[in-house]
Amino acid sequence: MGTQTVTPQAVQHPYTRYLRTDRLPHIWCPGCGIGIAMGAFLAAVDELGIPQEKVAVVSGIGCTGRVAGYVKFDSYHTTHGRPIPFATGLKIARPEMTVVVFSGDGDLVSIGGNHLIHAARRNIDLTVICVNNFNYGMTGGQMGPTTPHRARTTTTPYGNLEFPFNLPYLVAAAGAVYVARWTVLHVFHLRESIKEALQRRGFSFIEVVSPCPVGFGRPNKIGEGLEEMRFYREHALIQNGLHPKDAALSFRDRIVVGKFVDEARPSFLQVLEDHFRNASRDPSHREG
Amino acid sequence: MSNAVLTGTHFMLGDHACAEGAIAAGCRFFAGYPITPATEIAERMARRLPQLGGVYIQMEDELASMAAILGASCGGMKTMTATSGPGLSLMLENIGLGIMLEIPCVVVNVQRGAPSTGLPTLVGQGDVMQARWGSHGDYEIIALAPSSVQEMFDFTVLAFNLAERYRTPVILLADEAVGHLTERVVIPPPEEIELWERPRPTVPPEEYLPYATDESLIPPMALAGEGYFVHMTGLTHDERGYPIINGEAHERLVRRLLEKIRKHAPEIIRYEEVLMDDAEVAVVSYGITARSALRAVREARRQGIRAGLLRLITVWPFPEDQIRELSRQVELFVVAEINQGQIRREVERAAAGQVPVAGVHKLGGTLITPDEILEALWVRKP
Amino acid sequence: MAANTFSGNGSFPFWREPLDAQQIPHLSTSITIFPDLCKGCGYCVEFCPAQVLATSDRLNAKGYHPPEVVKPEACTGCQFCMRVCPEYAIIVEKKLEVPT
Ligand code: SF4
Ligand code: SF4
Ligand code: SF4
Repeated sequence: MGTQTVTPQAVQHPYTRYLRTDRLPHIWCPGCGIGIAMGAFLAAVDELGIPQEKVAVVSGIGCTGRVAGYVKFDSYHTTHGRPIPFATGLKIARPEMTVVVFSGDGDLVSIGGNHLIHAARRNIDLTVICVNNFNYGMTGGQMGPTTPHRARTTTTPYGNLEFPFNLPYLVAAAGAVYVARWTVLHVFHLRESIKEALQRRGFSFIEVVSPCPVGFGRPNKIGEGLEEMRFYREHALIQNGLHPKDAALSFRDRIVVGKFVDEARPSFLQVLEDHFRNASRDPSHREG
Repeated sequence: MSNAVLTGTHFMLGDHACAEGAIAAGCRFFAGYPITPATEIAERMARRLPQLGGVYIQMEDELASMAAILGASCGGMKTMTATSGPGLSLMLENIGLGIMLEIPCVVVNVQRGAPSTGLPTLVGQGDVMQARWGSHGDYEIIALAPSSVQEMFDFTVLAFNLAERYRTPVILLADEAVGHLTERVVIPPPEEIELWERPRPTVPPEEYLPYATDESLIPPMALAGEGYFVHMTGLTHDERGYPIINGEAHERLVRRLLEKIRKHAPEIIRYEEVLMDDAEVAVVSYGITARSALRAVREARRQGIRAGLLRLITVWPFPEDQIRELSRQVELFVVAEINQGQIRREVERAAAGQVPVAGVHKLGGTLITPDEILEALWVRKP
Repeated sequence: MAANTFSGNGSFPFWREPLDAQQIPHLSTSITIFPDLCKGCGYCVEFCPAQVLATSDRLNAKGYHPPEVVKPEACTGCQFCMRVCPEYAIIVEKKLEVPT
């Protein structure tokens, strides 16, 4: 027992085979949680034994959008807000693949918000991992759709006058069949949750609350990543099965995490298979 | 699939012929959003595709439609969307992505009166420059302009072929009049429809560089799920597909993307010449307006004017060499189009002051009549 | 394995080593740190349940203080440090050691 002096080749991190190692180290800031969330996803794929060539990752723009550039799957770094519709097309073309959208809250919920709710409504067979850092990190910490009321960002210097989305409530209302939220400190729960989501048919959504010391922690006097993580440790409350409407994040007292929705409903691709059968019986098709 | 190609002679709506052309070309994925006057394409695809194992999906908007056809094309399907000007405005974001990532797909724009909501049910040809330059940055695009229902079928097949061969989005720049016209269309037997497929990698994944090219400048495309672990990014990227943020890499990539189309322009560019051999006046037109132009040219000949027609099939790339050539022959160009001179300026540019260029223009809502063009030929005849 | 460290951090003073401790299979862990990957966030040190790690004094190539293993015998093999490290700079391997 104890530390071994081993050459780097001798031990391999379990994530290595799923990473484009020639692109590392990644660009994320010290203490950024995106790397932890990405690792949890890689661990989930690994533990489920999904063949590497049967996984596709689609990202949009922003810090989390860079995930597609680091994972060694078929990976697509698309336009701002559009990873979900891009992934929708990809999944329909390759239904045998596990297609995962990995992006940030600004990308998925603000500029891509309409795609998010419609994907949930049509219950398209995708897993969306949404890293929520409460701001636009890539552009230097502006207010976004998840920024808490009164929080300070570079574009809310007097505090955010608006109110944030409660993401689990939003996607659950839109029709997602699996909805969970974890912080990156709950990395084991997160991994298990991603495993569950990847096995569901239909639209699954996991919000990952993540420290962003640069864009959010410092301006709001929470501090560096470590202080943000301590904050999660002290304020996170696991409430599995909680009605998503009660899952609003409050940055002053509690961060509710857990699995809020896990139910079965025919997915887009399941319904589509029936659609094929019905259409081929339709006698009126020849001339349209 | 037995009924994929509806071989035979039909009396068909232009929009429907476009849908049938797509199906005959092997399109099995259509993502769209209803918009007049392109809705009939979506409706036809919604009915036809499921019978052929294909998928019609109605997206929440045109942004999503465009993104979805790119995604499905990366999965290996031939894909299409159809819209009109307001929708094209939204699609241009991801048309830029398609150009940068080199994803084959077809975008149909059935033009209507514009700007803004304009004239939803009436004709226009005002999106010519939008199709050329609408997405940000420098790029080349291929756009085809059908003049008949037959060409709605034929050019849709051609659009897929060009998209696949050159790995690029191709725009079918139709107009409301052609889209809503019903006339004869002959659909050939499948074996007579030539289909081109995108270049595919011939090397194993370890040796594959997604954006490495030979002198064709067209990189072979690995599909999702084949074990090539493709990475595609809208950021400036190197041959591995990895982002690389500097001027030299940008020059290398964007230069190749431009040259990919420019180099092959002689094979891509298509136009039709009628009575041009001895013409002194060249009428340049395209789309529905080319039909009026043809009539005007015939009538002019009867009246003793040596007129000819240059009908653009590829509006983009623009056949500027041919215009340059003709400026040594003709004394006048007359450009007829339902916009304020979008192609006339291109003709002026190519003619470079050698020959005067006149225009017959409308804003949209009504067609340009043969008489209006004829009048221009008389008035301008030197 | 020493009896007084079997409980992890050694804080449970009344633990006695079972008489057959040397005969039963037990978990052995090894921690590998790649100091040059570290960006010094401190998560591994802070959240290791057994205080196995500490921030070292040395600076790595990027100018951060990577962690070092200070109480190897306390490691439970939970791999939390490995999973929480945003830079994938720590590997914890577990193996079952069967006495010979
Ligand atoms: S700005 Fe924030 S989200 Fe972006 S990399 Fe830095 S810490 Fe992470
Ligand atoms: S494996 Fe667990 S106990 Fe061991 S060093 Fe890491 S966090 Fe601490
Ligand atoms: S968690 Fe990783 S990056 Fe952070 S201090 Fe520990 S080794 Fe360094």
